[in-house]
Amino acid sequence: MTKSVLRGLRAAALTGTLVLGSSLGSHLALAAENPIKLGVLEDQSGDFAAATIGKVHAIQLAAEEINKAGGIMGRPLELVTYDTQSDNTRYQEFMRRVLQRDKVDVVFAGFSSASREAYRPIVDQFNGFAFYNNQYEGGVCDGHMIVTGAVPEQQFSTLIPYMMEKYGKNVYTLAADYNFGQISAEWVRKIVKENGGKMAGEEFIPLGVSQFSQSIQNIQKAKPDFVVTLLVGTAQASYYEQAASANVNLPMASSVNVGQGYEHKRFKPPSLKDMFVTTNYIEEIDSPKSKEFYAKFKAKFPSEPYVNQEAENSYLAVYLYKQMVERAKSTKREEIRKVIALGDVCMDAPEGKVCIDPKSQHMSHTIYLAKVGADHSISFPKVWEDIKPYWLGEAGCDLTKKDPMAQYTPSNPPPKP
Amino acid sequence: MDIAAHVFSALYQFGDAFAFLVLSACGLAVIFGMMGVINLAHGEFIMCGAYVTAATVHAGLPLPLGILAGTLVSALVGVVVELAVIRHLYDRPLDTIVATWGLSLIATQGTLIMVGSTMAGVGTPFGSFQVGDYSYSIYRIVLFCAALGVLAALYALFNWTRFGVLARATIQVPHMAAALGVDTRLIYSLTFACGAGLAGLAGGLYAPTMTLVPTMGATFIMEAFVTVVIGGADVFLGTAPAGGVLAVVKSVMTSWQGQLFGQIGLLVAVIIVVRVLPKGISGFVLRERT
Repeated sequence: MTKSVLRGLRAAALTGTLVLGSSLGSHLALAAENPIKLGVLEDQSGDFAAATIGKVHAIQLAAEEINKAGGIMGRPLELVTYDTQSDNTRYQEFMRRVLQRDKVDVVFAGFSSASREAYRPIVDQFNGFAFYNNQYEGGVCDGHMIVTGAVPEQQFSTLIPYMMEKYGKNVYTLAADYNFGQISAEWVRKIVKENGGKMAGEEFIPLGVSQFSQSIQNIQKAKPDFVVTLLVGTAQASYYEQAASANVNLPMASSVNVGQGYEHKRFKPPSLKDMFVTTNYIEEIDSPKSKEFYAKFKAKFPSEPYVNQEAENSYLAVYLYKQMVERAKSTKREEIRKVIALGDVCMDAPEGKVCIDPKSQHMSHTIYLAKVGADHSISFPKVWEDIKPYWLGEAGCDLTKKDPMAQYTPSNPPPKP
Repeated sequence: MDIAAHVFSALYQFGDAFAFLVLSACGLAVIFGMMGVINLAHGEFIMCGAYVTAATVHAGLPLPLGILAGTLVSALVGVVVELAVIRHLYDRPLDTIVATWGLSLIATQGTLIMVGSTMAGVGTPFGSFQVGDYSYSIYRIVLFCAALGVLAALYALFNWTRFGVLARATIQVPHMAAALGVDTRLIYSLTFACGAGLAGLAGGLYAPTMTLVPTMGATFIMEAFVTVVIGGADVFLGTAPAGGVLAVVKSVMTSWQGQLFGQIGLLVAVIIVVRVLPKGISGFVLRERT
């Protein structure tokens, strides 16, 4: 009798332990199996790869640091990465895949504005949540999107008046022929006019074009004081070498070159002499925060050719996401947007302090004016701190109240209520 | 003076477009015209030539030797590709398209993985000169002369040398040539190597003026195919006049309305020529002659 009771007790104890053990185990396993999934759709091959491979590496670096420090709310960050091959249809295909099959919590996606506009309707349709970590032509007013890159009021409102004051009021724009180039050129036109200047000419170059003899001649014919180059992709970057060898010898201004495609490292000096770029980060920035970021990046990816603006945007975006999730105690977009609406989502990024603007869900930036010297060294004649992405908010986009899921331009502003 | 400057500028733009069209197309035209193989890896042979040129120049070689090295390495790669793949597909022309396309994908991605996303440029030599209001790159004139030189050298090779006679015999009636003791397999290999080498030469010549990236071959492809389609199967009666006609279309359209219209002009020209002369300019000329 006693023996059987004892046996029973022992059995009960055993099973109890087992149950306890298994439930504990499954609980731990649950935590390990329940990571926060971050989809990464960036071009790792094709025409844009040179500028975007660093973005993937920056996200990997940030994820590794966060996971080492215990993850986000104790949950590890898991990356779901696809190579979008500089191809807009791949973006659509993979965006459906990460949202529907992989069921990621958030997606970091896109380099060219064409690719962003290709995937944005899909994010809206499946009620996803995406970060666009890239400078662009501005104007996206969409609650499903957070934009960490710089926009025209940050890059052109600083750059163009500086150039006009320094070199003269005759401006020539050479831009890539798609939505980014066209809308950016519209911004340049607007700012040149506001500052009493005049457009000496404009030319739009189809993506993938690499021969510029005729464009170079058109520029010489128009006799501008400086040229705004908004050339995108590696093929179009051939312009600098060809312009230099034809001795065009005009100052250049850009929002995309150097900061993305590190042309000053790729081409032989002095082809980029007197190129002025407004960027929120490049690896030459000489601040302790920037140096620390650069050192960490190089330690993990020693053969990285250049740590560019979009790499920094992507890196800080992971940390911003962490902060927002921890403050919202949720990965749900609506909960996160409530945190954004408070207006104090800020962080000390490698470039300096950045904050998310609740109205447009864009970011304030420190804007550095980078000048390329004759030997292709970089100097910073001017720095503008805390430039806000004000245009959308002033024009009437307020995502805390209404979500139109649309892109606006100066000639097509948000409808007035 | 002013008129002279304008005439020179038009001629320069024509020569620049002509050089790009002819140099991009020659290798493709030789392989297509002589062997009937449509080589979709053409752009990657160009990229190979450009990369080898840049690498050897970085290693300290002068640019002309670098270009020579790029040409030879591309030709060697051409021999290997011919032996390993193309040779087995001569009676399956459609399959060669798929095979060479696959090769081009492997070459682009392989270069990206092994060499990285970009390669440092070598800088354009010779500087510039001034005519009227405009300044021009001297190297662009060199490219134009190189295009003429390549056409002349090809003419000499296929008309005045023993290899040229054997190659033309092999292309015309392969079995008869073989019966007369011509090693037709060797001739095919050499012809393919010649086409690949010409592509490498184009890459080497343009390497100093362009971004060096694994996808750079793609920027030559449209012009190369357009020129070969318009020119037809004969390199001299086709590629050269096609290059001339297209260069006029492209330079006039580009100076009038910009780069986009230059490209549109090229494609419209192809549509018209293919409709009117299905066998290209050379097919038209040869038909007239017989």
